[in-house]
Amino acid sequence: MINAPQIVEIKEIVSETPTIKTFKFDWDSNKFGEVNPGEFLMIWNFSDEKPMSISNISNNELSISVKNIGEFTSQLHDLKVGDEIGVRGSYGNGFNTDFDAKKLLVIGGGVGMAPVTALTHKLVENNEVDVLVAATTKDELLFLEDLENVGANVHPCTDDGSFGFKGYASDCLNSLLEDSTYDYAFVCGPEIMMIGIFNILEDAGILADYSLERYMKCALGVCGQCCVDNTGWRICMEGPVFNSEKIRLIEEFGKYRRDASGVKY
Amino acid sequence: MLKTDICGVQFRNPLMLAAGIMGSTASSMNWVLKSGAAGVISKSFSLKPHPGYKNPTTVAVDGGIINAIGLSNPGVDNFKEELKQINRDNNVVIASIYGATPDEFTQLVEEINPIVDMIELNISCPHAMEGYGASIGQDCNLSHTIVSASKDASEVPVIAKLTPNVTDITEIAKTCENAGADALSLINTVGPGMKINIDVAKPVLFNKFGGMSGKAIKPIAISNVYSVYEAVDVPIIGVGGVYTFEDVVEFIFAGARAVQIGTAIMDEGVEVFSKINNDLEEFMKNKGYSSIDEMVGLAHGGE
Repeated sequence: MINAPQIVEIKEIVSETPTIKTFKFDWDSNKFGEVNPGEFLMIWNFSDEKPMSISNISNNELSISVKNIGEFTSQLHDLKVGDEIGVRGSYGNGFNTDFDAKKLLVIGGGVGMAPVTALTHKLVENNEVDVLVAATTKDELLFLEDLENVGANVHPCTDDGSFGFKGYASDCLNSLLEDSTYDYAFVCGPEIMMIGIFNILEDAGILADYSLERYMKCALGVCGQCCVDNTGWRICMEGPVFNSEKIRLIEEFGKYRRDASGVKY
Repeated sequence: MLKTDICGVQFRNPLMLAAGIMGSTASSMNWVLKSGAAGVISKSFSLKPHPGYKNPTTVAVDGGIINAIGLSNPGVDNFKEELKQINRDNNVVIASIYGATPDEFTQLVEEINPIVDMIELNISCPHAMEGYGASIGQDCNLSHTIVSASKDASEVPVIAKLTPNVTDITEIAKTCENAGADALSLINTVGPGMKINIDVAKPVLFNKFGGMSGKAIKPIAISNVYSVYEAVDVPIIGVGGVYTFEDVVEFIFAGARAVQIGTAIMDEGVEVFSKINNDLEEFMKNKGYSSIDEMVGLAHGGE
């Protein structure tokens, strides 16, 4: 882990969907530390710095996949191959990957597919993995081909029914659970989606890891910006991944969060 | 054995959470209290919500971190709701407030008086906007005005938190004491400092300048506590680079009646409070001390 930004050059940019781009850069894990699925990086573009999920971890190369949703991400989308960014991390606790010969379910919504794709690459080595890939529409479905290539059973799902299952991720999950059950699940996506998934998995008695997101400043565990109610846990240190037992204690999950000033919304 | 008092307020041990660290929500402060701190100082807040600076707001350097969070806070109305939810049972709740004028400080004090045990005045933040923080604490007249206005309005003890970034901290300390401060916290972060990334030849922090905290500033904090102890009669709370029980003992011997812990949480987690309490008790037993009180200022000799 490195706590001051390291400058890296963008080696490759992939336009994944109309709104999401993947950026690849070198990462010497001997020098900068081992990276595990679910951990995140702080990305500095010399005008601002934000946390980003890691979507692919290979030998000495990392990828982040960024949805263009505001000023900062729009600046990232304007970057070209050869441009530089500052990177520090990786931070947080990753997903639990200690499974062997299990039937596992990975659920990602929108750009929430990023961290769970890196996770799936790892899980498929020793387990049977179903991946529920959810998006608003066909063009926004992320990493379908990549996930199929690594041997996961992919279940696409779109809100508008333009591809795969028609409906929300929670509807698709309900339909999967009619015929199957799973030893463990992993979830990342908009919180409104995750709370729905959480309720279904809890009813079905399936334990899971959930990856949360909050406004972040220091990412070092000191500033207090990303602490959640009522436990006070820091998303940057105790999170961003929490298991079912912990998620049950995070009362603000699915209800509210705090902006840069700390005002709830 | 570990209990101490600051101007009549009882603490079950000499450790508290420093302002600006994990102090934005009741949840995180309650967690810190459960982890062994006897008191918490909230993150500094003002009358109106303030988003602070853009990121990067913090960067790690040798010996600690440099931060310019920029006093982000949700404003007193929102923050009162957090303060009310802090468990005050056998714990000391201290609100840190900031403003630019005596009137702003007075208003803040009046708003929070009933729901806290003490108030700490942030007149020392080195990365505040012009007119706030250290712009007050580096000027004797301004410090006097702010401290006396706050003290007049307050029903609970008032602590002035001082900046080390002055020519002579004892002058400011005496001024604050004369203005009615019940206690002094020292020191706030040092500098400001700066980190430049040499690959892109740019300062890392958005604000370029930030306050330095962590292990590297402890000797500066110790010497400031030592000097101020000889200059004033009000109790002193030591802060700056406390990581271990040895650090706490140094501060107490220099003249502090309690200490605040901040940056150490980055490396040691919130467990740092109970660890230091255990180690400190062990040290006191081995050395034959039976109270914090008898240890205060021992490094000055002949007390």
